[in-house]
Amino acid sequence: MALGGKSEHILRPARVSTVAASFAIALLLNFLPWKDLRLVPDFVALVLTFWCVRQPRLVGLGVAWGVGLLVDAGNGVLLGQHALAYSLLAFISIWLSRRILWFGPFLQAGHVALILAATQTLVLVVRIVAGDAFPGWAIYVGPLAGALLWPMVSWLLVLPQRRLEREQTI
Amino acid sequence: MEHSPPPFFKRGPAPLVRLFFFASLSLALLVLDARFRYAEGLRGVLALAAYPLQRAATAPIDFLRVVGDYFSTQGQLFEDNATLRAKNLALSQAAQRFETAEAEAAQLRRLIGAAEKLEVKSTPAEILYSGRDPYAHKIFINLGERQGVKPGSPVADEAGVVGQVTRVHPLVSEVTLITDQDHVVPVQVVRNGLRAIAFGGGASGMLELRFTAGNAEIQNGDRLVTSGIDGVYPPGLPVATVVRIERDTENSFARVICRPAAGVDRGRFVLVLSDETARPPRPEEAQSSKERRSEKARRARAKEKEG
Repeated sequence: MALGGKSEHILRPARVSTVAASFAIALLLNFLPWKDLRLVPDFVALVLTFWCVRQPRLVGLGVAWGVGLLVDAGNGVLLGQHALAYSLLAFISIWLSRRILWFGPFLQAGHVALILAATQTLVLVVRIVAGDAFPGWAIYVGPLAGALLWPMVSWLLVLPQRRLEREQTI
Repeated sequence: MEHSPPPFFKRGPAPLVRLFFFASLSLALLVLDARFRYAEGLRGVLALAAYPLQRAATAPIDFLRVVGDYFSTQGQLFEDNATLRAKNLALSQAAQRFETAEAEAAQLRRLIGAAEKLEVKSTPAEILYSGRDPYAHKIFINLGERQGVKPGSPVADEAGVVGQVTRVHPLVSEVTLITDQDHVVPVQVVRNGLRAIAFGGGASGMLELRFTAGNAEIQNGDRLVTSGIDGVYPPGLPVATVVRIERDTENSFARVICRPAAGVDRGRFVLVLSDETARPPRPEEAQSSKERRSEKARRARAKEKEG
């Protein structure tokens, strides 16, 4: 298995500052003036999935809900739609965390695609109930793009925990 | 399997319980926000927290734009200068004609004793970014409560109406575009003064005139301007041009599709109009059904006494 060798390393526990910084960068990426928002992956959801899978005790539903509210207010959408969707995302990620970590990066990405698509569907249902029109199937391109980014994102986010471990072996 | 874990493995309530808690909290917020708009205070605080990140996200693009402007070639400037000079000539001629017409109109208005119309104050604003919601058509501008923007102010560009300020944060404001599905502008056909209502077409980026009679006198290429009878938009601002009319004998209404006049999805600068015209207050609303019922009962009682 591709990740088999790496995952045997004992990683340092994630620091709260690392988590906060990763969320700040993800929010920044989300707030970039993208041309068509439907095709852009939701970076915050991706980072949240990562932390819920890796550190379910540190980042859980409470953090997900708070970050969701921040995304709602920053994007000027219905207050609570992302909070609801991210709570579901955190729940599924924590529930599946043991299972997901068993697989290699590409099968992990498959799981993440399903989680992100479920989140997007929940947002879609909320907006349609609130009286908005269906914005086209292109909204599912974002979750798929996010899943494709998963191997890179998970590699990047594990990096701060791994570097010190390497220094210790030297 | 029945024994519970020792207390030092306790992780708080079960994940499913937490999910129900947060989901019901979110649903309550959603209903409060969507139906009653009670959550504006919380939204303001959160938006202020997200503001530095938003500014940071748009900063590199602004910087690139500044650098690009600096290195724009001289030839480009010459060309621009020539076109602008030609345009200036045409416009000054038009302005002269407009001035005489305005003077004439003011005289006539005084003559008929109509209220002198005040000028509409306009403040230029820069578009920060377009809406972050694929379900709605909105933009954010760099003026907020601090600069005196009020919810409801119309927003226009050099070609026509762009939209309306729907939410004001301390430093930024949210403008709902006229193409948004929930946005409505009362319009008037320039050619014959026919009044109609233009609804946003959503994803198509067009406007639609609903409730126009099938035999209404309207044709392709008709220009539509705001009628001003809503008390929100000042009258006479260009809104759209009719591009397609579908008259169907099965429906009593015609389907009229129009293209917005303003660069609704283009451009960087807009004008926020604050129309401080002294309007007569609206007449009081008709009595509510409850009041009417109680009055009826009172009258009936009075009649019985008389009898």
